[in-house]
Amino acid sequence: MIAIIRRYGQWLTFAAVGLLLLFVAPQVLSGFNLNLLGRFLAYAIVALGLDLIWGYAGMLSLGQGLFFAIGAYCFAMYVQIEQSGGKLPDFMGLYGLTQLPAIWLPFQSPVFALAAAILLPMGLAALLGYIIFRSRVKGVYFSIITQALTFIVSLLLIGQQQLINGTNGLPINDAGTLFGHSLQQDSTKQAIYTVTVICLGFAYLLCRWLCGSRFGQVLVALRDDENRLRFVGYNPVKIKVIVFAVSAGLAGLGGVLFFPQGGIISPAAMGIVPSIEMVIWVAVGGRGTLIGAVLGALVVNEGKSFISTQSPDAWQLVMGLLFVGVVLLFPAGIAGSVQLYGSRLLARFRQQRPNADVEFSPEADSPAAAGVMEASR
Amino acid sequence: MDPSEIVQQAFNGLSLGSILLLAALGLAFSFGLMNVINMAHGEFIMIGAYATYIFQQKIALAVGESAAVHGGVFFILSIVVAFIVTAIIGLLIEALVIRRLYGRPLDTLLATWGIGLILQTLARLIFGASNVAVTAPDWLKGAWNVTDMIALPYKRLFIIGLVTLCVLGIYIYLNRSASGRRMRAALQNREMAASLGVATRRVDAYTFALGAGLAGIAGAALTLLGQIGPTLGTGYIVDAFLVVVLGGVGSLPGTVIAATLIGVFNAIFELSTTATLGKVLVFILIIVFLQWRPAGLVTLRSRA
Repeated sequence: MIAIIRRYGQWLTFAAVGLLLLFVAPQVLSGFNLNLLGRFLAYAIVALGLDLIWGYAGMLSLGQGLFFAIGAYCFAMYVQIEQSGGKLPDFMGLYGLTQLPAIWLPFQSPVFALAAAILLPMGLAALLGYIIFRSRVKGVYFSIITQALTFIVSLLLIGQQQLINGTNGLPINDAGTLFGHSLQQDSTKQAIYTVTVICLGFAYLLCRWLCGSRFGQVLVALRDDENRLRFVGYNPVKIKVIVFAVSAGLAGLGGVLFFPQGGIISPAAMGIVPSIEMVIWVAVGGRGTLIGAVLGALVVNEGKSFISTQSPDAWQLVMGLLFVGVVLLFPAGIAGSVQLYGSRLLARFRQQRPNADVEFSPEADSPAAAGVMEASR
Repeated sequence: MDPSEIVQQAFNGLSLGSILLLAALGLAFSFGLMNVINMAHGEFIMIGAYATYIFQQKIALAVGESAAVHGGVFFILSIVVAFIVTAIIGLLIEALVIRRLYGRPLDTLLATWGIGLILQTLARLIFGASNVAVTAPDWLKGAWNVTDMIALPYKRLFIIGLVTLCVLGIYIYLNRSASGRRMRAALQNREMAASLGVATRRVDAYTFALGAGLAGIAGAALTLLGQIGPTLGTGYIVDAFLVVVLGGVGSLPGTVIAATLIGVFNAIFELSTTATLGKVLVFILIIVFLQWRPAGLVTLRSRA
């Protein structure tokens, strides 16, 4: 029995949590809270992608909010067309347009919209990644450039009044439907929630598979010593582009799932601030542990929605303290700390030396620092 | 577009670029020296601006020297005050947070972002969310009419002059003073400098404080161009980072050239397209440039 638990414990937990989210949560939670949970689970998918690129590959992308928003926008454009009955979305009339702009035309097809929502962020990430990584720009530079890209694209979109309604964003109105089902109906909402849970499950499995395979080991090697990896004969550019694209795709998927549950997508969701908020989810949950990313997204957002209802100003302060506190005191985050102290406790219990293969080590990013220093010389 | 319009816009770009330069110098040096990316740097700009505001509106007016406020004596003094206040705050932050994160650049980035959020919230609590204005001295009102078409506002001329003075000061500090030489030594080869007796950690702290102080001066200069609020710094920080990326870390000439280029190109592109498209073009140009020179315009060469 114990042997079974030890061997399959993680999968049993995975199945148990999955069943809990799929079948128990919709029964127990009110419609409002279920919707909230669904949104946070969509965020968790984004967090998984960010953890993959930051926690495992050591590249801190400050552009995940952009990919998230692109995903959401692609899907929102389809919903806009559908809820206006295949004609012109309402806001376009206000700006004096009489027919759909060419960019919108393919989004009449839901398949295209959904595919674009994931492939467009992936393509953008792959293109930008290829250009950046090829010139061996890395470390903090990478973070700055992704942040600048996010800033600039969000500015660009805010300026596009006629095309995507500028600052106001694309909302779901009362007539909003999805594949013919009204978005106001409880059954539709539950179905979206269920789809979110299933997608999160698959995203988790995908990341686990990636991290557990050779690819994952190469990722960690990339984080710890890129030059050595290059000398051994791997091509870091290819690996980095792939992982950046996958994480962007996951962010796009998160955006798709978020949109119908959030009810609106606007440039406010894609700027610098939302992007870096995604980082704090992963940092709090525990970078370099997939379960930590999911946990962090849920915990931080739960905290945010609780605190924001008490006092809107307070959240910014709390978030600031979180950033400083986590980095200074708990760099391993929740999951990492549990792993670290848990394994120590277990080791003491068994009178053995601590488990050596704990995933997180506080020194993990010092080789990366060395890399930056080399790059700066 | 007629030529005088371009000259006018290039001049505006130059004054914007000079503010960027002040903001970016601190970033460039602390990154070159400590590998620290300071996301709270924009908030140093904000603090400098508020320090100017407090000094002028609360202290100077309380003393009752209305004439002095309008005469601008207090404004000049307030620039010095802004420098000192932000430098002290920078010193504090270096000692409390940044020193503890040595060798973890990405973590420093996150922690300083947190500090920035905290400072912004504090500013909002202390000064309120609405913007405040600083009275510009009388002698900075008006403009120098070069031709009928080209008018150069004295305020912007003053800013360019102020920044030139600062850069000159830093140049002299770096090349003529013992402390500046220690800083360059640590920048070029940290281990060697340390083994020759340079207290590199102390150099780090001074440099960070100096960078913060310069951002404070940038904040004081910004009070001339418009109202100030708690989020004043965020609008400049991305551009300031791009200056660092383009100019190369820890290089005074590189930073000067990069800031000027970004400021002027932004302004010129803005004229021929729109403000946002201008920014996009500048960003694309920088990315393309990095393909050619990944380490920026001016790189420090060393055998280390």
